[in-house]
Amino acid sequence: MYLILNGSKKEIAEKTTIKELLLQMGLEPEKVVVEHNYNVAAKEYWDNTVLKDKDKLEILKFVGGG
Amino acid sequence: MKDKLVIGGRELKNRLFIGTGKFSNNRIIPDVIKKSGAEVITVALRRIDFGSAEENMLNYIPEDCILMPNTSGARNADEAVRIAKLARASGCGNWIKIEVISDNKYLLPDNFETVKATEILAKDGFVVLPYMSPDLMAAKRIKEAGAAAVMPLGAPIGTNKGLKTKELVKIIVDEISLPVIVDAGLGKPSEAAECMEIGVAAVLVNTAIATAGNPAVMAEAFKLAVKAGRKAYLSGCGTTNEFANASSPLTGFL
Repeated sequence: MYLILNGSKKEIAEKTTIKELLLQMGLEPEKVVVEHNYNVAAKEYWDNTVLKDKDKLEILKFVGGG
Repeated sequence: MKDKLVIGGRELKNRLFIGTGKFSNNRIIPDVIKKSGAEVITVALRRIDFGSAEENMLNYIPEDCILMPNTSGARNADEAVRIAKLARASGCGNWIKIEVISDNKYLLPDNFETVKATEILAKDGFVVLPYMSPDLMAAKRIKEAGAAAVMPLGAPIGTNKGLKTKELVKIIVDEISLPVIVDAGLGKPSEAAECMEIGVAAVLVNTAIATAGNPAVMAEAFKLAVKAGRKAYLSGCGTTNEFANASSPLTGFL
């Protein structure tokens, strides 16, 4: 199965949770923000949210800005 | 003399807010923040580029600062609301700088969409600080929509041109009972002082500090200028006169 992750296709294993994906990607979960199928994915649900085929996921972080 | 600035229930000691864009090296940002004395720091939210090693700005901002994410990239109110909600989900607070821009040449904000976004986000519990073109009626609408402050521009973003909108900003200061924060365009500390002298509550500076020869020293210069301008405003500036008025006695000459 695959996701649309930040606008690009990404193959992932079945039953991967948001939290597992973040760790697989080498990200620090406490410092990123996730949007799942156009809805804010609150951190407390990352452990229990299993990603499905063709889900749209945006992973964002804070960068310099004025 | 007690001179409080309270925004969103937070009492601020320093009237200089700073942005974190355009620094040649993010590692100097902690020192810049320290030297500026700023308590409110702006950041932007962006997709992670998995192919680059770009650092997370949160690594450089002290935890006791108030993070004010902007909604840059938003072209309308709906996009600003989307970005604001994502920023809040970071767990870094509920302050948001609304920035709705669809003009790529001058980066002037869309006041109409900004009013709409302000209303939605204020009702949703955000502390909303909208970046705006200095227009009195728009400022009134933004206030009615529940903003915590209004942030008119001094000049287009990143231009370092100074307070080109002085007359319009002064009208907003006189007529709107919210903190007025000049955001964008200030290039020199003297221009920050000029803002403060007319009763602006605070200024937000990014490019002028980030692109200075020595950003940390420039940050301190802005801090001092903001304090000087504020003191001048509180003390009450003297009137201007058309003709000379001798400061020394005009009698008792030798």
